[in-house]
Amino acid sequence: MSWDWNVVEDFMPRFWDGVLVTLQALVIGTLIAFVLGLVWALAQRSSQAWVRWPVTAVTEFIRNTPLLVQLFFLFYVVPNFGPSMSPLTTGIVGLGLHYSTYTAEVYRAGIGGVPVGQWEAATALSLSKGRTWRAVILPQAIRRVVPPLGNYVVAMLKDSPMIATIGAFDMLGEAQAFSNETFTTEALTVVGVAFIVVAYPASLLIRALERRLVR
Amino acid sequence: MMSSEFFTTWFLPGIWVTIQVTVYAAALGAAIAFGIGLARTSRLWIVRFVAGVYFEVFRGMSALVLMFWMFFALPLFGWQLVPMWAGVSALGLTYGAYGSEIVRGSLAAVAPAQREAGVALNFTRWQRLRLIELPQAWPEMVPPFNNLLIELLKGTALVSVITVADMTFAGNLLRLGTNETTPVYSLLLVLYFVLAFLITRGMRVVERKAKAGIGQTPQKTGFITRKLSARGESVQAGSQSAGGMG
Amino acid sequence: MSADSTPSKETSNPAVDGSELIRFDNVTKRFGSNVVLDKLDFSVASGKHVTLIGPSGSGKTTILRLLMTLVKPDEGTIKVSGEYLSHEERNGKLVPAGEKHIREVRKNIGMVFQQFNLFPNMKVLRNITEAPVTVLGLSKDEADERARGLLEMVGLTEHIDKYPSQLSGGQQQRVAIARALAMRPQVLLLDEVTSALDPELVAGVLDVLRDIARTTDITMLCVTHEMNFARDISDQVLMFDSGRVIESGSPEKIFNDPEKDRTREFLSAVL
Repeated sequence: MSWDWNVVEDFMPRFWDGVLVTLQALVIGTLIAFVLGLVWALAQRSSQAWVRWPVTAVTEFIRNTPLLVQLFFLFYVVPNFGPSMSPLTTGIVGLGLHYSTYTAEVYRAGIGGVPVGQWEAATALSLSKGRTWRAVILPQAIRRVVPPLGNYVVAMLKDSPMIATIGAFDMLGEAQAFSNETFTTEALTVVGVAFIVVAYPASLLIRALERRLVR
Repeated sequence: MMSSEFFTTWFLPGIWVTIQVTVYAAALGAAIAFGIGLARTSRLWIVRFVAGVYFEVFRGMSALVLMFWMFFALPLFGWQLVPMWAGVSALGLTYGAYGSEIVRGSLAAVAPAQREAGVALNFTRWQRLRLIELPQAWPEMVPPFNNLLIELLKGTALVSVITVADMTFAGNLLRLGTNETTPVYSLLLVLYFVLAFLITRGMRVVERKAKAGIGQTPQKTGFITRKLSARGESVQAGSQSAGGMG
Repeated sequence: MSADSTPSKETSNPAVDGSELIRFDNVTKRFGSNVVLDKLDFSVASGKHVTLIGPSGSGKTTILRLLMTLVKPDEGTIKVSGEYLSHEERNGKLVPAGEKHIREVRKNIGMVFQQFNLFPNMKVLRNITEAPVTVLGLSKDEADERARGLLEMVGLTEHIDKYPSQLSGGQQQRVAIARALAMRPQVLLLDEVTSALDPELVAGVLDVLRDIARTTDITMLCVTHEMNFARDISDQVLMFDSGRVIESGSPEKIFNDPEKDRTREFLSAVL
């Protein structure tokens, strides 16, 4: 086995195409996860049991089953009775939905971590409910929430190659296709190294954030 | 609807393969978690450094990419792995890296005063680790290990991509054969959920035993499955100061 | 105690005596820029009970922690039974001691901590027997017998099969005393052993210690805020301030007729 830089060179244009798709999936998936997670977290705090229970059940179910099978479900089952989506769109929705159940826990813990006294003080000052959330609770919750959210973005990055299994041309999809066409494996190695190169500085960044924000 | 013949020839063995992959990868991951986790507390910087590099590399790695690489690229280096072992290795290596952080964090969270009491009784470093620090850190490790084990179970679905005939693989075969996608993937999801539930129940028992072993009663936790720590997989190393001067 | 109890004018550290078991020579300890012990010299003769008193932050606990090798001196040397503690001689030179040497000398020293520090993962009996078995190499039976004897002495025989978390603070501290004594140390270090206890539990622990002081020939080094206890058991009291011994002498002298204003101030504040 010898390493052939020419193969790597041939792969690079498609590698960058793949990077673009991966980034697209990551960015939009992150947005969905962050927003949807907040919806789940607030619903789980609802005073109405008929809101709380189903949401808790659904999020627990999604969090405890494999993303890969969820992607298959979205790609092969949902079109039977719902919209038919492209592989990339399916992948984005799957990533966002799966990770929203994790971010929901982050928000839940972040909001729960704000001392009860803060709610009481807001009540004592007769702040409106919306004002209490915006001015008192969320600003305090946010610093507990940012580092773990960052961790989940990195986790999502590492799970993003799964969308290749339903035919999206992300980094792994491109590498796989290229390898099959050329009977080489360099492309896979390049993608593997690329993940480490991106994930390591990202986790350093999160640790730095954590040190700044927590305490 | 899926035929009972198909169910017994593909699905049932698939469930068994999923369980096997989970158990083997968990065993490999646990060995790595403790090996690397302990090495990261070593007094020798070179040991700490090597273990730290392992941790950063495999934590940064996508399990699926690693699995592909071991399946397709490694044979060209002369290492032909049976698909199942390529899958088990990739899962064990990556989840072991996460586990090492749990081991390191829990050991760091043992009160420094306990180490000092061990010094005062003239235990060696290894005796302190074996008799005092590990037994006390263990109950703290169980809940995060439970979360990790469920992540691992979910991760085992990836082995279907490298042709290991686990239950996801069986589900995909069935889709190709029958186009009956709705019952197949619904059943698959439910099966994974049930396995995750069983793992959580089992780990709850382990946790109760572990806590009883240090004279504590565990508090009751969430009703369905598990609670995630808000900081993802990492364990916060508690820092208790051990009094400095008189 | 034959150590000189009349302090000299400026250096004012007590003189060193012949039959010494512990000896600090010119010991300095800093934490960051904070000098906790400042060129300290003092010695303790074998079998004596010495109490260290003084305001918090004056370095008393650091002396115990140095003797237990939990911290290392920045300058100076410590000897126990004539052996260097954190140093050893190699080719006629004094070098930082290796683990093996430290463990050998440390065998002679036991310590009871302010926060008890019992091992929560072991029941009472095993807390006491574990070190005699694994460190001293006693058989399980020998260690058990020794532990039972000690538990009887501290009055906790009926709690032998409980976890530390099931005991009160005072009971835990008595187990910790038994645990330290099971190693048969020559020196017992007591680091504010009653400070973490509820007031009604203090007496039980102090009674046990008085008993040990009266009936054994173990050397005791004691940091405490219990002045009556210090008066009862001590042969010598050392008054610390800012990392130095400013005055030392018999308990009668220190408590009834101290020479230094600083000592008088301190005593009137705590008594």
